[in-house]
Amino acid sequence: MNTIKQINGMAIPMNMTDIDTDIIIPAQYLTSTSQKGYGKHAFTRLKTDPDFVLNQNKYQGAPILITGSNFGCGSSREHAVWAIKELGIQAIIAESFADIFTNNAKKNGLLLIKQNKETIAKLMQQAESDELIINIDIESQILKTHEINSAFHIETFFKHCLINGLDELDYLMSNINLISSYKKQQENKTIFLNS
Amino acid sequence: MNKNIIDKVWESHIVKKTQGHPAILAIDFCLLHEVTSAQAFDTLRNKGLSVYDTQSLLATVDHSIPTRKNRHEIFDESAKAQVQKLRDNTKEFNVPFYDMDSSHQGIVHVVGPELGITQPGMTIVCGDSHTATHGAFGAIAFGIGTSTVGHVFASGCLLMDKPKTMQVDFNGKFQPGVSAKDAIMKLIAEIGIGGANGHIIEYTGDAVESMSMESRMTLCNMSIECGAVAGLCAPDKTTYGYIKGRKYAPKKQWDKAVTYWESLKSEEGCSYDKTINININNLEPMVSWGTNPQQAIEIDQAIPNNQDDMSNNALDYVKLSINQPIKNTHLDWAFVGSCTNGRIEDMRITAAILKNRQVAEHITFYVVPGSEQVMAQAESEGLIDIINASGAEFRMPGCSMCLGMNDDKVPEGSRCISSTNRNFVGRQGTGSITHLASPATVAASAIAGKIVSPINYFNKTGEVL
Ligand code: SF4
Repeated sequence: MNTIKQINGMAIPMNMTDIDTDIIIPAQYLTSTSQKGYGKHAFTRLKTDPDFVLNQNKYQGAPILITGSNFGCGSSREHAVWAIKELGIQAIIAESFADIFTNNAKKNGLLLIKQNKETIAKLMQQAESDELIINIDIESQILKTHEINSAFHIETFFKHCLINGLDELDYLMSNINLISSYKKQQENKTIFLNS
Repeated sequence: MNKNIIDKVWESHIVKKTQGHPAILAIDFCLLHEVTSAQAFDTLRNKGLSVYDTQSLLATVDHSIPTRKNRHEIFDESAKAQVQKLRDNTKEFNVPFYDMDSSHQGIVHVVGPELGITQPGMTIVCGDSHTATHGAFGAIAFGIGTSTVGHVFASGCLLMDKPKTMQVDFNGKFQPGVSAKDAIMKLIAEIGIGGANGHIIEYTGDAVESMSMESRMTLCNMSIECGAVAGLCAPDKTTYGYIKGRKYAPKKQWDKAVTYWESLKSEEGCSYDKTINININNLEPMVSWGTNPQQAIEIDQAIPNNQDDMSNNALDYVKLSINQPIKNTHLDWAFVGSCTNGRIEDMRITAAILKNRQVAEHITFYVVPGSEQVMAQAESEGLIDIINASGAEFRMPGCSMCLGMNDDKVPEGSRCISSTNRNFVGRQGTGSITHLASPATVAASAIAGKIVSPINYFNKTGEVL
């Protein structure tokens, strides 16, 4: 994975709550077996509306998305994260995120930033009324605009992985001996498959 | 401190926990299907890793396959390639695979329990958000993304922080014609689609204790629809009775297993981060009116005037308006199936209501069994003939019309009453409108050609008239 320390650029205001994974990437596009090619279908159902924010030229390739609460609810499809990343989005700022989506985002270095309702409202309003540039610094955990300076939370381990370009799987595999001895111990004690 | 079952199962699976790191959590079983596994096998290949333990994996096909009689012929080229990819991957990595006509193919969440794989106290994962279904047996079971599937393949573990715990207590007695589906829809309507975010739910109460395993699976299945990581029910005699004798069930170790399972129950006086009580004595059948599972009401109610954007957008999409009764809404399609309600109990109730009756002329009604086993059982009980004689169509096992990624789709602009779990915009096909309900409500509505309550089909003791 690439190391990520800073994310700077224009914010896309997507003023909606509860955006589900079927909206992010509908099931009919999930028959591919690769990790690529989902970006062009991202938010496809919303794109039928000419006023939808991602139909505007200026937002193409913008790295930051601002949206409402419970973003990413619904299915476990990681395709939703792959699709969003393919649009060039590197960070999403919202009031809250669904759990599986959060886990999937971490595996792909997509930064999810939670902010309170007031901050989201302010950012949304600024981004809707004018082009808004946001600077996100991962090391100091601060996001800045010309008016706002706000701290955000990031889990220590995830931060460590992002900044150093590390992969969770490498961490797991470095513990494989511990895992093996643990698993042997559990057999016929807590696991009774076919026993 | 007195522990609840969630704490017990979680703690017994921690391999390592260090400050600032998520726990390394041991995973006992991983189910897989064609849609979310290919990229995980690629990860193994790219990193030169092998599967940690092939005996803790099981694959089947469900999402993208057709449910017509000649289902072997897949017309959609990329769906065909996806299914073939799973065949190739499972062969290459030596993963047990139930293909079509293996007698155990079906929706992963129906197949796992049927084989006796799903057992109390286990951790079970799948690249699928409805994995919580397996919680019905007292397992911690949850959906994971494809990268995490790769982690589990390679290490038999994943990284995770402990979720919070929540108790949902259903007490009372269902009136005839009302079921677990209505209870879980009621919970979601009350707490909202994000109401249990970050929590694992334990379902308790006399209503849960008196449920069959099939009903408990329906209950746990929809935990994700209120945002829960997982949902489970404590194991009891009903659980053991279901598991006993199944293919993967303990045999020589049976008594030892039951002793262990009994020890998992939540202790008297244990605590949860949150508790919710719902009395189901007067619960009526539930129907969703909008575009997420929280937008649901009892069948005699009218669409509420919520005055928020979410509701207004939903009403625009479903072409209904505030204060309009949901009852008598005209329908075009009906569907009984899916991992929520595609088990034998659901086939039985559907057939009982359809027996000697006719589906309304203008309705297309698909009844799709959750697995080849469900289909065989339905056949032996004569249910398939009853269902087909009513004008409904009994099809081959799979996810079918639950998610609009195979041939079975609700056409644009058509309105479907469905025993599934999601009514998201376009979930059953682009432009389709979905009303979630129990199989009984679906069957009764298919006969009427519009949304109606199934209650009149039942006598006081719960038999279908
Ligand atoms: S039946 Fe529906 S919800 Fe269940 S696994 Fe299949 S697509 Fe997912």
